[in-house]
This record gives sequence, structure tokens and C-alpha cells, in this order.
Amino acid sequence: MISVFILLLGAATPILFAALGELVAERAGVLNLGVEGMMVGGALAGFAAAHATGSPALGFAVAALAGAALSMLFAMMTQYLLSNQVATGLALTLFGLGLTAMFGKPYEGVKAPAMMAGPLGLNWMIWLGLAMVPVVWWFLVRTRPGLILRAVGENHDAAHGLGYPVRAMRIAALAFGGAMAGMGGAYISIATVLQWTEGMTAGAGWIALAIVVFAQWNPWGVLAGAWLFGGVTVLQLRLQAAGVAVPVQFLAMAPYLATILVLVLISARQKFGRSGGGAAPGSLGRPFHALR
Amino acid sequence: MTDVFRAEGLGKTYPGVRANDDIGFSVGRGEIHALLGENGAGKSTLVKMIYGLVRPDEGRMVLNGQPHAPADPRAARAAGVAMVFQHFSLFDALTVAENVALGMENPPPRADLSRRISEVSTAYGLPLNPARRIASLSAGERQRVEIIRCLLQDPRLLIMDEPTSVLTPQEAEILFATLRQLAAQGTAILYISHKLDEIRSHCDRATILRHGKVVGTVDPRAHSARELAAMMVGAEMRIIDRSGRVPGAEILQVQDLSSSGEMALKDVALTLRAGEILGIGGVAGNGQEELLAALSGEDPTAPGTVIMDGTDLSAMGPEARRRLGLLSAPEDRLGHAAVPEFSLSENTLLTAGARQNLVRHGLVDHSAARRFAEAVINAFDVRTPGPGTAAGALSGGNLQKFVIGREVLGKPRVLVVNQPTWGVDAGAAAAIRQALLDLAGNEAGVIVISQDLDELLELSDRFCALNQGRLSAPRPTEGLTIEEIGLMLGGGHGMEVGHVPA
Repeated sequence: MISVFILLLGAATPILFAALGELVAERAGVLNLGVEGMMVGGALAGFAAAHATGSPALGFAVAALAGAALSMLFAMMTQYLLSNQVATGLALTLFGLGLTAMFGKPYEGVKAPAMMAGPLGLNWMIWLGLAMVPVVWWFLVRTRPGLILRAVGENHDAAHGLGYPVRAMRIAALAFGGAMAGMGGAYISIATVLQWTEGMTAGAGWIALAIVVFAQWNPWGVLAGAWLFGGVTVLQLRLQAAGVAVPVQFLAMAPYLATILVLVLISARQKFGRSGGGAAPGSLGRPFHALR
Repeated sequence: MTDVFRAEGLGKTYPGVRANDDIGFSVGRGEIHALLGENGAGKSTLVKMIYGLVRPDEGRMVLNGQPHAPADPRAARAAGVAMVFQHFSLFDALTVAENVALGMENPPPRADLSRRISEVSTAYGLPLNPARRIASLSAGERQRVEIIRCLLQDPRLLIMDEPTSVLTPQEAEILFATLRQLAAQGTAILYISHKLDEIRSHCDRATILRHGKVVGTVDPRAHSARELAAMMVGAEMRIIDRSGRVPGAEILQVQDLSSSGEMALKDVALTLRAGEILGIGGVAGNGQEELLAALSGEDPTAPGTVIMDGTDLSAMGPEARRRLGLLSAPEDRLGHAAVPEFSLSENTLLTAGARQNLVRHGLVDHSAARRFAEAVINAFDVRTPGPGTAAGALSGGNLQKFVIGREVLGKPRVLVVNQPTWGVDAGAAAAIRQALLDLAGNEAGVIVISQDLDELLELSDRFCALNQGRLSAPRPTEGLTIEEIGLMLGGGHGMEVGHVPA
């Protein structure tokens, strides 16, 4: 039982990182659909650095930088050139996948250095991911910069009117989101698969995006969503191993189907329920342009 | 009276527009000073310069004897300037306390802040629960949050940008009582409005702006509303002509009209005669949009609820109703009444296509559409280069004239309009009102939904109030007082005048 839970934590960690980062960006009002691209960028950069230095820790640091660098590309396009966030995010994903496919060739078939073990048989990255949940929550809800970040995401015109730096806040949130996505991607290459293969994030970035909505932009909800996804992933692996007479493809679909189902249920509750509205930040995805 | 704030020779130029030119005026300690002008006269630019949102190109400002040149709103707040915005600068998903904290430079810890909000709000008779989310508050309560946010900073100069446009008359009275109290404690108040009666009864001095320049600073009590309006517009206002209307036969019957939605209509009933204007008042969000949608056909209702000339329209969509002569103009000009990216002539096609034969054999007759758009532009004095201009490029007032004109020239049997003159300058508003009166004079029935009570009193023959989705019984407008209307609208929503020892 405990070993299953450990597997679940491992499967949840990449998504937890990426979703927490995206949550902060979305709470600041930016919809970055490039999570998948930033994850795969981090996966390759981190793997390459870890392989070259023999230090997984250094690998994760480089992965964070690579993810943040990719997010700055997105920030420049959407915050200064006011490009469409959806289109730019999709482009970033395609860009990340293409770039890593090209530069990743030399690393195919190479093995990753051993992960550093942490307490209770869990590696340090799992602990860091778990610790980030209360940290992000505390930052958003309890600190003044967090309050300003939420204000910027909720109503950027009003925040600007009160004199808060909308653009700077969003760029900082995007950088954080990129760094988190990069580390999440690197967890797949360095700690889970232990090697580099093209497109190895396999849609984890998209799942992370869905989980942010599933979580209703709440860090604790992100943890629940990541665990749910991790649990279904582990379950389908177990069922496959146990030789259940269901085609493997159907089992592999299960986590994605579960995510879609949950999103449908949430939308249905908002549409037909009494609560109304929803927790989406008011300025999410809208470009901001200040007249001076 | 010592000056708290003084502006000298202020100027600001935007590409193609001289927004402010050589502005000079002063506000004294304990004074309520009105800033009066039409839309586009430069009031907002001026206020944004004082609040540090816009930097002046030339001139200087003095606050409490110190030069005032704030780099951003934070600097302005630190210098003692506070501002209540016209469109609330609140964050719906955040709590009252969080919203207040965002408006302060160094907010105290959460618990202290909540306590102070409760104290100050009760002291000024504007009770507020600091833990409530903004989304759950009424317009009046939201404004209290803005005001409390300002008061907690002990401002020297408080700027209020059209604060009463969203309030019931009773709520407005409470606001003025609060302002008087503040002024008595020495705060200088700069009060922006285009409601002349309000300014005449509550302000000590008024500075009038026209086309970015100061026309003069006057004592508003020494002038009639007419004279002030003339200074504001630069010409005598057109006098509204109500003559020549004789209510005829009933043309529209609405009964047992209920709807779903955020503010559902509940058993609304009304009748409308030919040649009559029915005014429907109410504070925003009490079912106005739902009523317009039910009448226009956007939101079809149960059978037998909307009947025009004996025909049951309840199940018909907007286009079918338009063919029969029931036209409408919604409140939201950009995005609901008109497509911002479309040209004016394309926009005429959207509602006038069938009645003006602009579509033949399924194909658009572009030259006919252009001719009709030109007719609207000429008849309603829409200031635009031509029918090829995008709707989104027009100023609010001009687009509103176009939207109303498009429906009026469609020769409606019944016209339903929501907020026909919202955010429109005085000259354009007068033209729109006159057009509605002329329409009624030509045997059409008109329903005007509005939050501007003066407008409803001026236009309508009968008046009803919409409150929480319920429509009151109509009363003849003649002899109705503002107080009675206020009570029909639901009164002051539990507010009371404050009791702070001066």
C-alpha cells in the first residue's frame, strides 16, 4: 500500500510543479498554454546538465532556468507586443517540442546520474513539490505581493489605476511558472524515465493546465488534482501488470479521461448550480495596455 | 479659505487631441468644489493628472503649499490625494478588507485593518463587513468600500468621479451627508459630475470645462441649471418639446412575464399605448437587461406573455419581432447593439436588414446599406467621417446616436431602449430624447428603461420601478416627486446618515 502511494507521489510530482507554476501565472491574469513546451525544454536542459556534471541538483537548477527563459519569450510577445495569449502559448509548446527534438539527438540512449535520495525513501524533488503547495498558498493569500498579484489578475485596469505595476507583476509570475514547468519536465527525464526521448513529456503540460481549472485556481486543489492524476496513472500501470483483459490503450487513456470527466463535472456545477461565476481570475487571458 | 490644491497652466496633449489646455483652478480647505463639463471636456484627464496616472505636458500643481508632481498614484496617495473612481476600481473576487488594503500604502495587519474598517464605516453611517466578497455587494455598498478606502488614509484632497450615477436618490443623500461631514473636518473635495441640480444644491464652487479649457469658476447656487448647462455646452440647450402626443389604443400587452438568469424577472406585467412613453426606472442589476432581452426576443418567454397588436410574440426571436415592428436598443453599445469591428453600414444590416430591404435574395445590398447608414448619420448628427468607419472608432455619444437613430428610422411600432443616454454628453442626450419624443408623437409606443430619473421624468407619461426583477404598478409621471420614486426603487438599502461628532 505504502509503495503504491510512493509511486503515486512520483507520478504526481511533474504535474504538481507545472500546475503550481501555471496557477501563479493565471492568478496574475496570464494564460500561458506553453506549459508543455516549457516542460519539455526543462526536461532536455536539465537532463543535459545533470549528465554533463553528474549532479541531478544542478540539472534541476538548469531546467528551472531553461523553463523561465522560454516563458520570457512568451512574456515578451504577450506583454510588450500584445500578441494573442492562446496563439502564443500554442506556438511556445510547438517551439519547445521542435527545439528539443533537434538538440536532444546526442542525448538519446544516454543514462541519467542517480537521483539523490531524501527522507522516507522519497527524493528531494518530491519533498520540494509538496512544500511548494503551502508556500504558494501562503504567498498568494497572506503576503502583500501575493495580494497585488491577485489584484492584477482580477482586474488589471483597477490595479493600474491604483498604481500597481501590472506588466512587471505578470512577467514575474510567468518567470515563476516557467521555472516550475522546467523543473517538472526535468523530473520526468532525470527522476522517472532516467533518459531523454523526444517528446517525453507526453501531454503532462496539458494535464497541468487542466488541473489548474480543476483546482479552481487553489493550490490545495492542485495538489488534489495532481494526486488524482498520479493515482489513476499508477492504477492503470498496476492493472496492465496484472494482465487485466482490457486493451492497454484504454488503460493508458484512463488518466486523461478522468481529467476530462472532472472538468465536465466542474463546468456543469457552475452552469446549473447556485454558486454561479466560478473562480477564474477576472482578467485571465485579456491583454493589458496602459495609456499614459 | 486657504487653498489645499491649486493648478496653474496645466496642459496635456494626446495624439490629435488637446485634452487639457491652460487649466487653472483651486480648491480650498473644507470646500466641495465641482468640476463640471460634458463628456470629452477633459475632466478625466485633469483628474488623472492630479492622481498621478497621467503626467502633464506643462503647467504645475500645488498641494498644501508643496509642488505636486506625482510620478504614480502611490506618490499621489502619499501626498494626501484620494480618489473614488467612476467605474469602481474594486476587485470582485477579493474581500472588502483586501480591497481596502490595496488602496493603502502601508496597511496595518489584517486584524487591525478589519477592526478599523468596521469602526470608520460605522462612524460615517456606511456599515460594512470587512470579510464580505465584493462580488456579493450592491452598487451602493461597493461605493462605500471605495469611500472607506479613501477615508482610512486621511486625505487632504478627495476626488469623486461621478459618484451618484449608480445610487438611488436616498443613497445619494447619505453620500452628500458624508461629504459635508468630511468637508466640515477640513477635507477638500473635488466633485465631478454632470448632474446640474446635484451640483447646485451641494457644491460651494464649480469650475466649468469645455473642450479642455476652463470656461470659468462660478458659485453654482447663483446660477440656474440652464445657465450652467449653457456654459458647459457653449450654447443654449435645446428645449425638450413634449407637445403633440395623444395616447391611443393599447398596442403592447405584457403579462405574467418571468425569466431565468442572474436577476430573474418575476411576473412582470405592463401595457403600452400608441403615442405613449413608458419609463422604467431602477438601480442597475435589478432586471433591466433581462427585461430588454425578454421584450426584444433574445430570451423568448412562455406563450401569451408578450402580445403586440393581438399577435403573440412570446416564442419569436428578435428578427421575427423586428419584422412585425418591435425594435430595441440594448444598453451595451459596443458588442451588444453594434459590432465594434464592423463599419457603420455593416452594422445597420444587423437590425435594419429586413425592414429596410437591405438583403435581397439572400444577398447583401451594400449600396442600400450605405445609403441607410448615411441617412442615420445625417438625421442624428453622428460625427464620423462616413458610413465606412468602424463602429468601435466612434465616441460613446456618437455611437449611441447612431444606434438609437438606426432603430428610430426603422419606423418601429414599439421601441424598447435601455439606458439611451448613458455616458452621452448633454447635447447628444437632448437630441436622443427629442428623437424618442418625436417617435411617440408619431403614434409609436416607446419603453425607456433608464437609471437617470431626471430623464424618465422628462420623457415618460407613466413611470414604473424595477426592483429585484419585479415591476411596480405604473403611476402617471405628472406630480411624481423624486422622493416617491426613490421609495419605489427600494429606498436607501439600509443605509443611514452618519453620526460623527464634528
